[in-house]
Amino acid sequence: MSTQNLIYLFVGISFALYIGIAIWTRAGSTKEFYVAGGGVHPIVNGMATAADWMSAASFISMAGLIAFMGYDGSVYLMGWTGGYVMLALLLAPYLRKFGQFTVPDFIGTRYYSKVARTVAVICLIFISFTYIAGQMRGVGIVFSRFLDVSVELGVIIGMCIVFVYAVLGGMKGITYTQVAQYCVLIFAYMVPAFFISMLVTGNPIPQLGLGSTVNDGSGMYVLQKLDSSLQAMGFAEYTSSSKSMIDVFCITAALMIGTAGLPHVIVRFFTVPKASDARRSAGWALIFIALLYTTAPAVAAFARLNFNDTVNQTAYSEAPGWFTNWEKNNLIAFQDKNGDGVMQVASGDAFAGSPEYTGETGQNGERLLANAPNDESANEVYVDRDIMVLANPEIANLPGWVIALVAAGGLAAALSTAAGLLLVISTAVSHDLLKSTFKPNISEKGELLAARVAATCAIVVAGILGIYPPGWVAQVVAFAFGLAAASLFPAIFMGIFSKTMNKEGAIAGMVTGLGFTFLYIAYFKLWNPAANNADNWLFGISPEGIGVIGMVLNFIVAIVVMKMTAPAPAEIGRLVESIRVPRGAGDAHAH
Amino acid sequence: MSEEQPDTSASAGAYWKKNIRLLITLMSIWFIVSFGFGILLRDFLDQFMIGGFPLGFWFAQQGSIYVFVVLIFYYAWKMKKIERQFDLDD
Repeated sequence: MSTQNLIYLFVGISFALYIGIAIWTRAGSTKEFYVAGGGVHPIVNGMATAADWMSAASFISMAGLIAFMGYDGSVYLMGWTGGYVMLALLLAPYLRKFGQFTVPDFIGTRYYSKVARTVAVICLIFISFTYIAGQMRGVGIVFSRFLDVSVELGVIIGMCIVFVYAVLGGMKGITYTQVAQYCVLIFAYMVPAFFISMLVTGNPIPQLGLGSTVNDGSGMYVLQKLDSSLQAMGFAEYTSSSKSMIDVFCITAALMIGTAGLPHVIVRFFTVPKASDARRSAGWALIFIALLYTTAPAVAAFARLNFNDTVNQTAYSEAPGWFTNWEKNNLIAFQDKNGDGVMQVASGDAFAGSPEYTGETGQNGERLLANAPNDESANEVYVDRDIMVLANPEIANLPGWVIALVAAGGLAAALSTAAGLLLVISTAVSHDLLKSTFKPNISEKGELLAARVAATCAIVVAGILGIYPPGWVAQVVAFAFGLAAASLFPAIFMGIFSKTMNKEGAIAGMVTGLGFTFLYIAYFKLWNPAANNADNWLFGISPEGIGVIGMVLNFIVAIVVMKMTAPAPAEIGRLVESIRVPRGAGDAHAH
Repeated sequence: MSEEQPDTSASAGAYWKKNIRLLITLMSIWFIVSFGFGILLRDFLDQFMIGGFPLGFWFAQQGSIYVFVVLIFYYAWKMKKIERQFDLDD
């Protein structure tokens, strides 16, 4: 069977599986729709959380980013895992004990204020939509690369699939679909990684392979060889850093704290039976995530090494098969600046922007480009970072079914995250806005219907954002993490660890953190991108890391305002005492 | 919310103190392996090698993640023990 048919087969089977699970686990009540009935086993929830968490970006893009960032890629590795320690230790068990459906539920009740709840809903919707636009785009891109359909059609197919299982199944359907999606995506990620590691180092375990010697008889370690080959080509060493220490520190912290404050992650811990299960479940989630996150840096280093070895100083006519394959898909380009027919890889961009092919081919068969060459760099090769994962199976000469598996895995990663985000958006609208704020006497059936309508609207909006991505989408991923770190995290944290924090303090803190972080990111990313460099940054902190400062401001403002206003009422103190002890989580949930 | 019994509030207070002390210890380890070893002390640690890894680089891209996993499971196990001791487990 041809690779293309295998891809159709694998993707088709995985979709049938997701829809089958969704029909089997239809949600019949709001409790099932919002928190899967609250009875999900901690390991199952851990797996679902891992799929929820690992997006198309983790699956397709992260290893490629690390391959070209080297040590600096550590900000993603530590940032997107360390947040789970904060979740498990500081937030999840208490929120589970509190026992309602949503993050704004907690903030609204703990701060005895509809205003606080509404501010939390605004933060939540903003964070989630920023995030989801990227996911839908990811779905479209995987479709167009592997299935030969346009990005637009890909997004629409993805929307239909998510519609079926998110709208029908709610949290219950999503949970069990995500378990299946995790299995698909981790298998699809690990199989090529084992083979690449075997190929490069002779050790099949990528985590160990990264610390082993290269399999070429030179006796050099992988990182050593990578450092020396990059240096010879004029790049910085792989293990060196090009960012300032304070910036690396702040970006890592913003990603960690942001992770702990992301509503679609937090809400997963509302689905386990007990507070102690929430702790264990976060541990399982991190194990499942760590499997991919400790493999990614190995894949990154192997792929970069392989790229240097097989592409640099190779005549185009002898280029490896994957090179020409992905050139057809616009992900790679060769601009023969010096006309020698040999590909030179060096630091700097070969040309500005992404490749614009003229439709003609050069003397060696390479696709010619309309882009003006960048004369300041000897680099002749343009590489889309995503290729480091996508081309892995071909680099390792793996059979067609592995390529099909990677396609199914990429789709699983994008769909599972999109579904989780859609659910928190629809819950925020039907539960936090409608039921708790505007129409408190809505019936259970009416609320469930509203949740489904809201989910449908959210899918349509997300799909439109995926088909017509506003130019700023890629620029503002930092928004989601920075805003979560600066707005929701401090409010939840103080709500648990302080008995005296009052509504005035919490609201002022959230508004300050959100406002400051929003303006800082928007200024450098949207209004004045030309000024986006270390000289103009506050304390040398890039927009990606500024959420940390926003969080500190949030805490300071909240505490100052609290000191100046009326203390929180006594029953709030008792509420905090009751969420601090795990006993009775089942009761709390039953009210 | 379920009403707290008056006689449990003293043990709930002691339980909370123990929890905070444990949290401070574990969050310190969390900070040291990631921000400490992986970022602030990286240049110093990189002079040591484990296998083919400079040590600081290993903490930044591998080691800190393994420690994170251990920290969460240790906390879950230890808290369960403390909760049984105070008869507050769920």
